[in-house]
Amino acid sequence: MKYRHIKKLALLAAIILSGMASHFSGGINSYYLQIIIFIGINVTLAVSLNLINGYTGQFSLGHAGFMAIGAYVSAYLSTEHSAVLFKALGTNFFSITLLFVAVLMAGGVAASIAGLIVGVPSLRLKGDYLAIVTLGFGEIIRVVIQNTDAVGGPRGYSGIASYTTLFWTYSVAALTIYVVISLIDSTYGRGFLTVRDDEVAAEAVGINTTRYKVTAFVLGAFFAGVAGGLYAHSTTYINPSGFDFQRSIEIVIMVILGGMGSTVGVAFAAILLTLLLEYLRFVAGYEWLPELVRRIAQNRVIIYSLVLIALMLLRPQGLFGRLPRRGIPIGGSTKSAKLPANST
Amino acid sequence: MLEIKDLAVNYGSITALHDVSLSVAKGDIVTLIGANGAGKSTTLRTVSGLLKAQRGSIRYEGEEISNQPPHRIVARGISQVPEGRMIFANLTVRENLLMGAYLRKDRHKLGAEFDFVFEIFPRLKERAKQVAGTLSGGEQQMLAISRALMSKPRCLMLDEPSLGIAPILVKTIFQKIVEINRSLGITILLVEQNANLALEVSHYGYVLETGRIILHDRSSALRTNEKVKSAYLGGG
Repeated sequence: MKYRHIKKLALLAAIILSGMASHFSGGINSYYLQIIIFIGINVTLAVSLNLINGYTGQFSLGHAGFMAIGAYVSAYLSTEHSAVLFKALGTNFFSITLLFVAVLMAGGVAASIAGLIVGVPSLRLKGDYLAIVTLGFGEIIRVVIQNTDAVGGPRGYSGIASYTTLFWTYSVAALTIYVVISLIDSTYGRGFLTVRDDEVAAEAVGINTTRYKVTAFVLGAFFAGVAGGLYAHSTTYINPSGFDFQRSIEIVIMVILGGMGSTVGVAFAAILLTLLLEYLRFVAGYEWLPELVRRIAQNRVIIYSLVLIALMLLRPQGLFGRLPRRGIPIGGSTKSAKLPANST
Repeated sequence: MLEIKDLAVNYGSITALHDVSLSVAKGDIVTLIGANGAGKSTTLRTVSGLLKAQRGSIRYEGEEISNQPPHRIVARGISQVPEGRMIFANLTVRENLLMGAYLRKDRHKLGAEFDFVFEIFPRLKERAKQVAGTLSGGEQQMLAISRALMSKPRCLMLDEPSLGIAPILVKTIFQKIVEINRSLGITILLVEQNANLALEVSHYGYVLETGRIILHDRSSALRTNEKVKSAYLGGG
């Protein structure tokens, strides 16, 4: 069977599985359910950021900003403008599904427009400078939301319907992984890697590096926006401080921990880090632990720093970084290798 | 084929090229020689669109191409091998070559091009599936040249192909450059510090000094020119 058929089947299987899991999720403790949903959302966020940071080599620190836009746009639409739809179609499974898909898409599209807006001027900037601009952008989004009274301003926005299920969360996560993997494996998608490897060389062979960078931002932002929509309809309450700088850093750490440019690694790191951070809540409550340990456990920023320092010392390429792609032996003899005739 | 007239390029407030004019005839190998910082690479990078020209014109086959984006210029048939063998280190040799053909509409039938570059550089065939970053310096240069050939250019610009390569391989690479020029009829604009070698393989030469062309002649004549001999060829 061809590789791309396997990918498609895997996507289908993941969607069916998440549908089944969703169907039987009634018995799961709602706290655990929430965490499982957060894991799926974080996988989506990390994999989409990896397209920008890992594959295209543009350092973005504004992913929480895109997520915030998706969250607020979709929450606002589903809360304030759903009455018309329900009046026309009645409140049933079909109309809710329609509404939810529509608001998630709207959130994604709004975020990708923001991705375009931040992507275009950022093209002139590289490395640290780009990181600063995206960081500033994320903060601007947050401050704008904080001062928008229609969505509650600093009080946050509550009363969002709880539509997010395991099915939606993991279908979106699977779709994100599928899209990113398929993209990178294609001839078109290899362009992202060339921009990361050597921008001048990429231009010299005729690759429009501008378009690739903007595409990475737009696509990455789209999935972050959808993830934001899922988040809003899962917690049913969102507030601006939930999308602050620390949130962006959290996603960046997932990407670095998993290994820049490894979709599997990044997804794995997202799962690991979400569980770890959740577990630390308990650690902070253990009375028998020394005061210092509990304090550290409470402070995420310290944990992030420790994780990063340990990573840089022990495995600077990330947990899954620099695995030879598709089993290509590095430095191995390939004399018998079949040469391409008509394949692309 | 390629006509550069009164070209001026600045890096910020520093002028790198002053009124450079040169012409490259179809089917020739033309070389630009000169010391470090003379503006050789700047000239190439401006032609390929990586740098913006302040003044002057660059005409290719009669059409003005100055200040067009690099991908447009590659699409017109001018391909550059950048200085320092800028290969895509994390892609395989084969993928690097495929990216060279990025702008071609007939990407699904590249068999002939693969055969062709593998014929010129058999070493690349052996290493087709190897990650390009693990190749030796000379092999990376071969890959960079092959990658530029994949777009089927009519004009190939080479920036310091001998840079950082074992002397024995430098000879081979220059032989291949001549072979590419002869067998494919590809016009070549060659920038090179190794003036001796460059003048040996080329038909015509330009000598650049601090952003100006101070001398140009047939390569055979330049090689016996006293000024060139003492300044660039290490002779008396």
